[in-house]
Amino acid sequence: MQHLEELKQQIRDRLPALDLVIGWEAGFDPLRATPLFMRQPDDVDRLIIGPQCVHNLATHLTGLKGRKIGIVVKGCDSRTIVELLQEKLINREDLVVFGVPCSGVVSVGKIGRKMGSLDYVEGVEFSADSVTVASEGVQNSFALEEVAADKCGRCQYNTPLLFDVLVGEPRPGDVVDDYADVATFEEQPLEARMNHWLEAMDRCVRCYACRNACPMCVCRDHCVAQSRDPHWMTQEDTVENKLLFQIIHTMHLAGRCTECGECERSCPMSIPLLLLRRKMNKEIDALFDYRAGTRIDATPPLLSFKVEEEKINERGW
Amino acid sequence: MAAKFIAHTELDAWLGRISERYRALVPRREGNAVVFRPFDPAMPVELKARPTESPKAAVFPRCEALLAYKYEKDPEEPGRVEVEVAERRDGVPTVVIGGRPCDAAAFKTFDRVYDSDRVRDLNYLNRREMTVLVSLVCSKPATTCFCHWMGGGPASTAGSDVLMTPVADGHVFETLTARGDEVIGTELPDASDAQMTEARKVQAAAEAAMGEPVDVGAAREKLLALFDDAGFWEAESAKCISCGVCTYLCPTCYCFNITDEKFGHEGVRLRTWDYCMSHLFTMEASGHNPRPTKAHRLKNRVGHKFSYYPSLHGGNIACCGCGRCIRSCPASVDIRAIVLNAIAAPAPRPKG
Repeated sequence: MQHLEELKQQIRDRLPALDLVIGWEAGFDPLRATPLFMRQPDDVDRLIIGPQCVHNLATHLTGLKGRKIGIVVKGCDSRTIVELLQEKLINREDLVVFGVPCSGVVSVGKIGRKMGSLDYVEGVEFSADSVTVASEGVQNSFALEEVAADKCGRCQYNTPLLFDVLVGEPRPGDVVDDYADVATFEEQPLEARMNHWLEAMDRCVRCYACRNACPMCVCRDHCVAQSRDPHWMTQEDTVENKLLFQIIHTMHLAGRCTECGECERSCPMSIPLLLLRRKMNKEIDALFDYRAGTRIDATPPLLSFKVEEEKINERGW
Repeated sequence: MAAKFIAHTELDAWLGRISERYRALVPRREGNAVVFRPFDPAMPVELKARPTESPKAAVFPRCEALLAYKYEKDPEEPGRVEVEVAERRDGVPTVVIGGRPCDAAAFKTFDRVYDSDRVRDLNYLNRREMTVLVSLVCSKPATTCFCHWMGGGPASTAGSDVLMTPVADGHVFETLTARGDEVIGTELPDASDAQMTEARKVQAAAEAAMGEPVDVGAAREKLLALFDDAGFWEAESAKCISCGVCTYLCPTCYCFNITDEKFGHEGVRLRTWDYCMSHLFTMEASGHNPRPTKAHRLKNRVGHKFSYYPSLHGGNIACCGCGRCIRSCPASVDIRAIVLNAIAAPAPRPKG
């Protein structure tokens, strides 16, 4: 937190040359932050940084094309910016990236399960490695590790990969993500896996928060799920149709998903959507040795063409 | 009207008996979400946590077939095709147990639209007449609750057929309508005087916990005055991601889409939930869209609830203050803040 004032100053210094800077401010309770769009110097006073700043603000970038934007990013969020730049969906010269090294963000879902209810959060305190939540006069402390988003436990990019301004000390990321969660899931029989998804998708309300929160889901108003002409998908809300949409979403993100987890975080029905995206990324990693948004100068494999892929034996059948 | 008592230990058995006569929808925890499902003795009922979704699907399903159709060629005259249309109207007697007083009040918002002098939506009314609401008093308001701004309250009886109040060992069930009496029946023991006293205390404490309501009556005129203030709406909608969480979880949102889903020569006409946050919501056949940006769309959502609907429906606001749109919004957009900002905004300069 000691870097908050420095970040505010950096933003104030650059704001005159920008249309706006996106960061976070306190939300409706101390555990819930909310995106902050800073246009005037006064707006910067409301800025916060900390483990409650969960949103991947890069989601907003494609909707602001053509404007000069400043954006505050954590390491994982910077992967999204790298991917968006590689796909030429945003312009680097329109962007000022304020990077903040991160030691993990909280999962409101996990804290909710431990607390029983998050309807009455009165106060939250963060230390370097713990979070204390006060609710209904009771205080509960948790190790940050225990209540952090799953993605934080496997994050190698605590320091943003790309930035114009870095506030705070770079943090090394020394974890290896071997897709163990996907591998464990794959050990289950096929029928069990299918049942898992049918059960989870049964509570989908087709609100499309997963789609709109996804920074790489850029078809937006022209999404296959709702297009009327052609009428690609039925509006029937059978569980099979809802799963079909998620499979389409997953396939569209193969090798593009930077695993920020906004799909899963945004789902009001707590459907574990990130596992689907990670399954596809695991395959892309195995085939192309590539993880989306991690190599600034690379071309994503599904945006390129090689006569012979190194890991696909195309003529050896 | 009666007041009965059901001990915690007896609740499942009672729900089992209700399930024999009705589709009994109860809140159940799935993952971190609490959703309404038909009672299943093997699955615990979740009465403590506030339901993630509203029980509106009981009367207004997410998807329903309004009619089925079939094209048939005339064998005598193959160039001539006839269409056979069969209207569909279904529904089963339903009891919703564990919705909140705000949820029950919200059904009134639907009634004014679907049961008016001009329009009677028979599919809706058919289900509405078959549905009984047993509402659970909220013993403590959440940080996102503002039902009292909307004229409701955590122990309000408006719209409910039965009010259930949590007391130490169980729940007191007070019937409010003949339909409520029919569901509760006479088999249960009457609530004792002590239980009634306790229930009244719980209700009074819940009401008191809400604090002073905020008067948002000025929103109606102010939102109209701000209609052309694009700057205001762009700022208010900046963080919105234009998804449908707020509308789909909202107990008072009632918009729908109609699509014909044809497979070969047969098809169904589906009515599904629609939402004003969607680009397609007002897309016209010409290709023109009067609400091209999320700012236009969010303006409609807030304007509809707090200005246009009250103008059309006797001053009633189309929001019950349940706070689901705030709590489940991926970006924590707070409709209370938007309404208050609108009221506080300087009056736009007159044009010209």
